[in-house]
Amino acid sequence: MEHPVIEFRNVTKRFGEVAAVVENNLAVKAGEFLSILGPSGCGKTTSLRMMAGFEQPSEGEVFIRGENMTGVPAYKRPVNMVFQHYALFPHLSVSDNVSYGLRQRSPKPSLAELAREVTEALAMVRLDGYESRRSYELSGGQQQRVALARALINRPAVLLLDEPLAALDRKLRREMQIELQNLQRDVGITFLLVTHDQEEALSMSDRVCVMREGRIVQSGSPRELYDKPVSRYVADFVGKSNFFAGPTKDTVISVRPELVEIAANEAVLPEGLSAHYSVKVLNRIFLGENTEYRVANDTLGEFMVLTPRKSERSSGTFEIGDTASTGWRPEAALVLAAT
Amino acid sequence: MTAAPARSRAVTALLVAPAAVFFVFLLIVPLMVVVVFSFGERAPAGGYSPAFTFDNYLNLAARGKAFVNTLTLAPLATLLTAIFAFPMAYFLAVKVDPKWRVMLLVLVMAPFWTSQLLRYYAWIMLLGGKGIPAWLAYIGIADVRIINTPWAVLIGAVYGFLPLMVPPIYVSLEKLDKRLLEASADLGATPIRTFFQVTLPLALPGVATGSMLVFILLMGDYILPQYLGGGKVFFIGNALVDLFLQSRNWPFGAAVSVALVAIMFVTIFFYMRFVLGKTGTRRAALV
Ligand SMILES: Nc1ncnc2c1ncn2[C@@H]1O[C@H](COP(=O)(O)OP(=O)(O)OP(=O)(O)O)[C@@H](O)[C@H]1O
Ligand SMILES: [Mg+2]
Repeated sequence: MEHPVIEFRNVTKRFGEVAAVVENNLAVKAGEFLSILGPSGCGKTTSLRMMAGFEQPSEGEVFIRGENMTGVPAYKRPVNMVFQHYALFPHLSVSDNVSYGLRQRSPKPSLAELAREVTEALAMVRLDGYESRRSYELSGGQQQRVALARALINRPAVLLLDEPLAALDRKLRREMQIELQNLQRDVGITFLLVTHDQEEALSMSDRVCVMREGRIVQSGSPRELYDKPVSRYVADFVGKSNFFAGPTKDTVISVRPELVEIAANEAVLPEGLSAHYSVKVLNRIFLGENTEYRVANDTLGEFMVLTPRKSERSSGTFEIGDTASTGWRPEAALVLAAT
Repeated sequence: MTAAPARSRAVTALLVAPAAVFFVFLLIVPLMVVVVFSFGERAPAGGYSPAFTFDNYLNLAARGKAFVNTLTLAPLATLLTAIFAFPMAYFLAVKVDPKWRVMLLVLVMAPFWTSQLLRYYAWIMLLGGKGIPAWLAYIGIADVRIINTPWAVLIGAVYGFLPLMVPPIYVSLEKLDKRLLEASADLGATPIRTFFQVTLPLALPGVATGSMLVFILLMGDYILPQYLGGGKVFFIGNALVDLFLQSRNWPFGAAVSVALVAIMFVTIFFYMRFVLGKTGTRRAALV
């Protein structure tokens, strides 16, 4: 079997009393777009920094392309990082920023070669003609692209991206997400993206690792994580879900809001539902293509229902205070670990 | 025009006034007096008598040695001071635990707490016949003369002006975004290359400020050359002391002064253009 490009072997990283990363066995496969998803402080940045070589693990080893790189300094590692705040060199032009990595090599590439590579890299991030600009003359999105070009020009084994889009506004972020995805496909370089934005992780990656307190709790394709979360934590973090008391003390039942059917009365609910619950509509939020209802049932308590616009023609809409009937198919109810 | 801008302009004028008064009366006026004097003649009993002659300027070569000494030793001493100050500032800004920084910075300044003369006398002892040369003779390196040579002046300058050079460099290194150093390492630069490609260029504004300060003070200095140069290595400042206080040839002294100021202006102008030409706009963007 092919080596993972980057692999943690039982890596633990402690800062004094704080364990930032715990017995972690993260593995990145060649060519994939992997996201690490987790809340603030769960050790995402620390993981990336150990891969880049800015931090060394307290225990365990870091392998890159099957080679033990534990203790090897950052400048000798074949990975590159896109920093959250870009960290462009303010005293260098865009072109000198982008060619920085190539200029550290020996023998140094010729000027003509550098110029050609820079042009190519800038074209890749759609910044043709920006060679002589200074980094502070660029917008946030443009700086982001320069940072990308500066890293990609080195053809790293893995491109490490630490919340690269966090500083951009919503619309630009959406654009950059698509662009990053296309870029990854075009250049065929392995991307490892760190984010706490589940939508970003789900929409961009081939695979997502969910982290919690330094450990990886689940990894899989976005669809797997969404459809088959292993615990309440994952189900809650990846998408929205309703949680009801489970069959045992340590379990919960999770039902995704969009899998809950709602109708004016039991008679018009679809066939094949496991049970019917009459509810009272507490709140309604119009989301454009969907409508979200917050409803309450005497035994289940409050939960959410998400109905697509399309279904409204048959099921109608509900006003606050209406009574309605809800239910879901047996396979929609997942029994999960409560932790 | 509305009242608001007029009032804000009045406030501005009020705020600028003290600086303007200071500037005009303590800088412009004395300078003009000096310029006027420089075209005059020495009164028979010494001092100034009105005239209009270029003789004083044509006579500048008579003090050529002072100009040559000043213009070689001042830049050289500035360079040496910068070279010694940089590692100190770097150590303070990057390596030292932040809680010790202030204390160590104060220690760098500590020599300023004692009188300048006292410190120069200490150096006279150290560099004089019974000091370092005696120790060198003891280990077999005989006949080294330091005191009253340009070397003594250089050593004294580096020692004396280090406390002025360290802080501006410290500030620019302190301000330096450490993530840039990581970015450089990430892109494959060894620590040494990172230093020359990132740290040093970004600390240049601090080096420029410190160098300017030290250079200007050295150009006008007369105490340092008098004590450590022992009258053998004299600066323009010493020539001025001599002309104004000993031979009382005020017009010639004034001409030497004007020449000194002119040289300073030109040097500073080109130096700033050279340094800021590369980094000025960037510095504006960083602040
Ligand atoms: N240099 C450090 N010294 C001490 N503690 C640290 C250091 N770096 C990280 N930590 C701690 O390690 C834990 C993980 O931090 P890390 O930066 O990896 O989190 P993160 O997942 O990237 O969070 P965020 O989403 O907020 O960026 C945190 O509790 C943090 O306080
Ligand atoms: Mg982080």
